[in-house]
Amino acid sequence: MARKKEFYRYRYMFVLAIPGMLYFLVFKIAPLWGLSLAFVDFNSFKGLFGSEFVGFGNFIDFFNSNNFYLMLRNTIVISMMNLIFFFPAPILLALLLNEIKGEHFKKLTQTIVYMPHFLSWVVIAGITFFIFSSDIGLVNKAILTSGGDAIGFLSNPKLFWWFLLGQTTWKEIGWQSIIFLAAITQIDVSLYKAAEVDGASRMQKLRYITLSGIMPTVVTMFIIRLGTVFDVSLDQILMMKNSFVADVSEVFDTYAYTQGIMQGNLSLGVTVGIFKGIVSMAFVITTNEVIKKLGYDGIY
Amino acid sequence: MFKKRRKLKHFTIGDYVVYIIISFICILFIAPFIYAVSISLTDPDVYVPFKLYLFPDKISLATYKYILSNASFMNSFKNTVFITFVGTLLDLCVTYTFAYVLTKKNMPFHKLFMGMVVFTLMFNAGIIPNFMMVKSLHLINSRWALILPVLTNAWSLIVAKNFIESIPGEIEESARIDGCNDIQVFLRMIIPLSKASIATLTLFFAVSHWNTYFNALIYLTDTNKRTLQVYVKSLLIDASTTGVGVDVMNMPSETVRMATVILAMLPILVVYPFLQKYFVKGTMVGAVKG
Repeated sequence: MARKKEFYRYRYMFVLAIPGMLYFLVFKIAPLWGLSLAFVDFNSFKGLFGSEFVGFGNFIDFFNSNNFYLMLRNTIVISMMNLIFFFPAPILLALLLNEIKGEHFKKLTQTIVYMPHFLSWVVIAGITFFIFSSDIGLVNKAILTSGGDAIGFLSNPKLFWWFLLGQTTWKEIGWQSIIFLAAITQIDVSLYKAAEVDGASRMQKLRYITLSGIMPTVVTMFIIRLGTVFDVSLDQILMMKNSFVADVSEVFDTYAYTQGIMQGNLSLGVTVGIFKGIVSMAFVITTNEVIKKLGYDGIY
Repeated sequence: MFKKRRKLKHFTIGDYVVYIIISFICILFIAPFIYAVSISLTDPDVYVPFKLYLFPDKISLATYKYILSNASFMNSFKNTVFITFVGTLLDLCVTYTFAYVLTKKNMPFHKLFMGMVVFTLMFNAGIIPNFMMVKSLHLINSRWALILPVLTNAWSLIVAKNFIESIPGEIEESARIDGCNDIQVFLRMIIPLSKASIATLTLFFAVSHWNTYFNALIYLTDTNKRTLQVYVKSLLIDASTTGVGVDVMNMPSETVRMATVILAMLPILVVYPFLQKYFVKGTMVGAVKG
């Protein structure tokens, strides 16, 4: 009876819950059913139960294909380049921004560097073409004007990963610096005063107070980044890939898209997705444990 | 005032180094836009392919006029505007109703509701299962395919929920004493008092709808249904590899492409500087409490 009363008391709240509930059930929970496709050789005419059950056969085929190693390598290289070169960039930017003394100049700079975060990858790729492409690129125009031969920057497999890194840095460096700037403002000002009394130089204050003060934030952000290490931006790669760089641009998501949606091989597409999901989760859990062992707070 | 003046007096070599580096970074961010704008404003009649321009020889709006009179551009533009407006409005409705429900900790099923949100934060069925769901709902080639599957997300719900929780409980109580039921409290109290967070989320939703590329690519395959981002992509890449498309119209493809990209980001460029503070506040809420 008490339970019934509770339901009656919250009857209007349940009305308000309907849109959200429906959304989660239809678009978040129900699609999980589709994961079962990874364990059959899916035939859309026969349906899920008519299709042949193959157990982990799809996974075995996927691991044994040449594409698997290619994708694994590309994903790891792209992620590692992001971790090594892109991750520290916003920290450096935040430290620099913090050193600006004029408030107006600081605000203006922030407005400028945050902005690319809101542009789509299509626009970012467009800007890249305007500068580097061989038909309309600014750099190639300059080379041609000075008598050289045009260079195919965007069709060079050796440069592809660096272009991704450059784009990511340009788009997100400002936005990512927000969290580090916020961490810097949390540092106790009296620490700087005390250091000044002790005769610390600007670089010493930067290193021993600011940098060590934001270390917990840096560590947390690093774990979060490690957790999403397998999430290479699909939009970005779809924009930048072309037939010349096919070997260096294929990642799990692009493969799931071309195999599953364009070729209609749904079982393979789902298999790739599940593999990626499990590896990502393992990354989050493992890194979180490691960080806790090192004495920092984990993310959960 | 005193503090500021004292600081300016001590403008050291280190400060000059910082200012020079920062200025250089700012140029790296602004220069591409200035270049694209100046090429797009070049008069098509005096444009020479492969000639190095930094600033136009002759300024004209001819390219922009041409694009705005182009049926496929306008069509994709209209589709995107529809998706952005309707999508953002519905996102807000679903997010705020559900966020309000999530604040009621004593309600039956509270744990289930919360569990669902946290679950989606960690697991996603993936590209193919989501695609199959949209397909089975017969939403392929419908603009609703870009609206319904992204009605809300865990991060926005947490932002909205945290904000509603910061509203003093007495306000809700007083409304209830005046005879309001939960829905009336929600509409008359919670929504008006959540304005600041609504502003933030409106912007995030709108930007994400405006910029959506992958979903538009897989769900809207019909050329008439395509969105602005997909149109720009085809103009940028497909036209440059096949060599057909814009050149047929006696317009230099370079100025057309640059002007189209400028138009595709213009709405964001226009609103961004005014709303930057909301954006930043919004991410902080998500980062600190989420």
